[in-house]
Amino acid sequence: MISIEVDGRKIEAEEGSMIIEVADANGITIPRFCYHKKLSIAANCRMCLVEVEGVKKPLPACATPISDGMVVKTQSDLAENGQKSVMEFLLINHPLDCPICDQGGECELQDLAMGYGRDVSRFCEGKRAVVDKDIGPLIETDMTRCIHCTRCVRFGREIAGIREIGATGRGEHMEITTFIEKSVDSEVSGNIIDLCPVGALTAKPSRYRARAWEMTQHDSVSPHDCIGANLHVHTHRNMVIRVVPKENEAVNEVWLADRDRYSYEAVTMPDNRNHRLLEPMMKVNGEWQATDWETALDRVASKLNMIVQTDGAEHIGAISSPSATTEEMYLLQKLIRGLGSNNIDHRIRISDYSMQDNESLFPELSIELSELEALDACLLVGSDLRKDQPLAALRVRKATRHGQIAIINARKVYNNFNVLHEIEATPADWLQQVAGVAKYLLDEAMSSEDVSADSLGYEGLDELLAEIKVDQSHINIAKMLQKAEHSGVVLGLAALEFSHAAALRMLCRAIAGLSGATFGIMTHGGNSAGAYLAGAIPHRGPGGADVEEGGQTAQQMLAEGKKAFILLKTEIGKETVNAEQAKAALQASEFVVALTSYTDDEAFEYADVILPIATFLESPGSYVNVNGHWQDFNACVNAPGQAKPAWKVLRVMGNLLELKNFDYVSAQDVMQEVKGRMGAVGDRIKARWQCPEGLPTDGHCPEPLNIYQVDCWTRRAKALQKSALAEGKEGLKRPKLSPFHNILGGV
Amino acid sequence: MSRMRRWFRSYFLTELIRGLRITWAHLRKRKVTVQYPEEKTPQSPRFRGLHALRRYPNGEERCIACKLCEAVCPAAAITIEAGPRESDGTRRTTRYEIDMFKCIYCGFCEESCPVDSIVETRIFDYHFEKRGDNILTKEQLLAIGDRYEAMIAEDREKDAKYR
Repeated sequence: MISIEVDGRKIEAEEGSMIIEVADANGITIPRFCYHKKLSIAANCRMCLVEVEGVKKPLPACATPISDGMVVKTQSDLAENGQKSVMEFLLINHPLDCPICDQGGECELQDLAMGYGRDVSRFCEGKRAVVDKDIGPLIETDMTRCIHCTRCVRFGREIAGIREIGATGRGEHMEITTFIEKSVDSEVSGNIIDLCPVGALTAKPSRYRARAWEMTQHDSVSPHDCIGANLHVHTHRNMVIRVVPKENEAVNEVWLADRDRYSYEAVTMPDNRNHRLLEPMMKVNGEWQATDWETALDRVASKLNMIVQTDGAEHIGAISSPSATTEEMYLLQKLIRGLGSNNIDHRIRISDYSMQDNESLFPELSIELSELEALDACLLVGSDLRKDQPLAALRVRKATRHGQIAIINARKVYNNFNVLHEIEATPADWLQQVAGVAKYLLDEAMSSEDVSADSLGYEGLDELLAEIKVDQSHINIAKMLQKAEHSGVVLGLAALEFSHAAALRMLCRAIAGLSGATFGIMTHGGNSAGAYLAGAIPHRGPGGADVEEGGQTAQQMLAEGKKAFILLKTEIGKETVNAEQAKAALQASEFVVALTSYTDDEAFEYADVILPIATFLESPGSYVNVNGHWQDFNACVNAPGQAKPAWKVLRVMGNLLELKNFDYVSAQDVMQEVKGRMGAVGDRIKARWQCPEGLPTDGHCPEPLNIYQVDCWTRRAKALQKSALAEGKEGLKRPKLSPFHNILGGV
Repeated sequence: MSRMRRWFRSYFLTELIRGLRITWAHLRKRKVTVQYPEEKTPQSPRFRGLHALRRYPNGEERCIACKLCEAVCPAAAITIEAGPRESDGTRRTTRYEIDMFKCIYCGFCEESCPVDSIVETRIFDYHFEKRGDNILTKEQLLAIGDRYEAMIAEDREKDAKYR
């Protein structure tokens, strides 16, 4: 720690930090455009000029490291003259079109021009104009407004790991552009809108819709992946206008994935253009008829009661989307279990459920997301992080600055970070490849400590791996994990969807355990962890409580068929791994009630009663992310028509079915009850080793869901559906890096 | 003495005569009454009356949906919804309404307008016959602007040098 003086204040600060960092930490304002705390220092806008005693010229605060006894003046004549002159230069080419600019009212240049700009321009030569680029359906460009801060360029190069935007030309001829005419296809591209200090890059879907000052800001949580990114939802006249990130270092830092940012289009659109279901629908004599809540719910209750009485409760099954809120899942399982059945599941994309009793309380990452970037070695198994959890990929990418990444996948994936060791397996020999790594580690452990696999805690593993051949690629990965101080094994969605997922998971647990790495699972949907905790699984109750007789899993229910199904926020045919079987089961079923928000829901093909419910931005609730953080939120807008929050619908259904304890006043009441069922953290169910019965070579992987097809909301987000990633284009082929890329700042 | 004077005053009706003299004097004076609606009082070009939305000479509406008038309106009488125009993608209002019951005719909207689109004309005599008529829509406002453009332009011209 050294001490410096800024504007007469003595400040203790870390050596090596820049003046602007010290000033920011102490609430001293220095104007800036190109500096951003998450990006590298470019020092090209020169707006942050300050005076340092003993130096004749003003210095840029963002690029001047502090030294002991330094005296900085941010408001002196020299500093202010410098800043005002820079502002005059910036305004030479910036158009005066604030009234038609979407950034107007929240523009950094507009704000600073109030303090540092002259009232009259001295510039009477011609202003330059730049042709606008078409960079896709998500981002609108107005390049004449660009002040060349290069934040967007640095974001692509440093954070997103995809160099789509760059600067060409010099001086007056400098332009920010995609080098060749193309769209910006990154899965986190929307962040450059937030980074742009002016209106050069603005959001296309919300273009011209509302002004910054007239919108109301609400907090919410993204439901599309298990990260649980924090959102600021901006609404105006009961319409969601846009979504921007809410800063949370523990979860999403300052970023958002595009699907978190643009999925709001499925919630409110003018003139109901997104096909919202406005009233309950009932099938009468094969015809869909609109009805009222009372009739629809009475029909559901009487039908379910009838099936319970005539056939038994085990003939009813409930399937929830993994993106439903914890409260909804809790009430759904309470309803099903109240009727006397354990047939509830949310794992619609998982087909191998064996050894599920040996899994931990909920599938978790077991390290904080922020620790992901501190890993020295990370083995990703079956993970297409960039598309499954885009924000986790950004963390892993940061880890590659000092650490190493290895991948064992059964499918080619394009990562936005460098991978040191990559094993491209086929689905058939995926288990063998993973087993190779495990075998090397097991042999090492057994020989170095001269113990058996049993005493290491991996009973039967040596026999299981006896036939496995270890080659150099396995040894490389194993050694990488062993050597690293902090290492981790992370399972992705493909590993969960694999036909022998349980064996794969156990092998990976063994790899993690033997190499001293942490073990984590990245799950489906926004609330898989919440579903486990709320008891939306057939083999455990809320908080991991034992159930007398385990119910059927989603795939079992759909394979066997049920008399009645309750579907919550899921379009099974578009989400499950075995769509045809699922649809056939639902068609054959006697009674299907679907809770959905949309008139184009596929449930109209097979359901008997369809209840309109609120979407994730219209209902209170909570999501539990992959670290086990509970994040609760309130409704941002009202649901249209007669649509109601799903927890209210389920509560009334519970009342009508005359089940006990279904009298909740608010979603918070439900959450309190779920939390009350959690028990002490000490009694958490721990994962136990169970040896897989064999390593079959007939594995197959289902086709992964497209990044913008994961749930009912992303499927209906118009702009996302027009983007290149939605069309299945990879969006990223890492260009061959030049030998100078390290010097140039690429990672 | 004062009793005498009071007796004379009332007996000879002097007070009545003095009063009538003033009455007669006023009857002969020039009248100030304006015979509305045949006659109208003179108006300043800055008079703030009925609102109008103007167009450019080529017929293009001036309003660019910057929403400054909506923001500045102290009575919250203006409601604007905006979006890209379907034909050419330019920034336009899809809804522009002024509630004339809320409006206090302060003229802030006109002052805030960067393109001289929303203006207050010198028209002050208008009425509504049905509930709901008090809300002027974008079409109505543009129609008022089209009809009185000559007057509006003349008034702005006169006032230009003081702005």
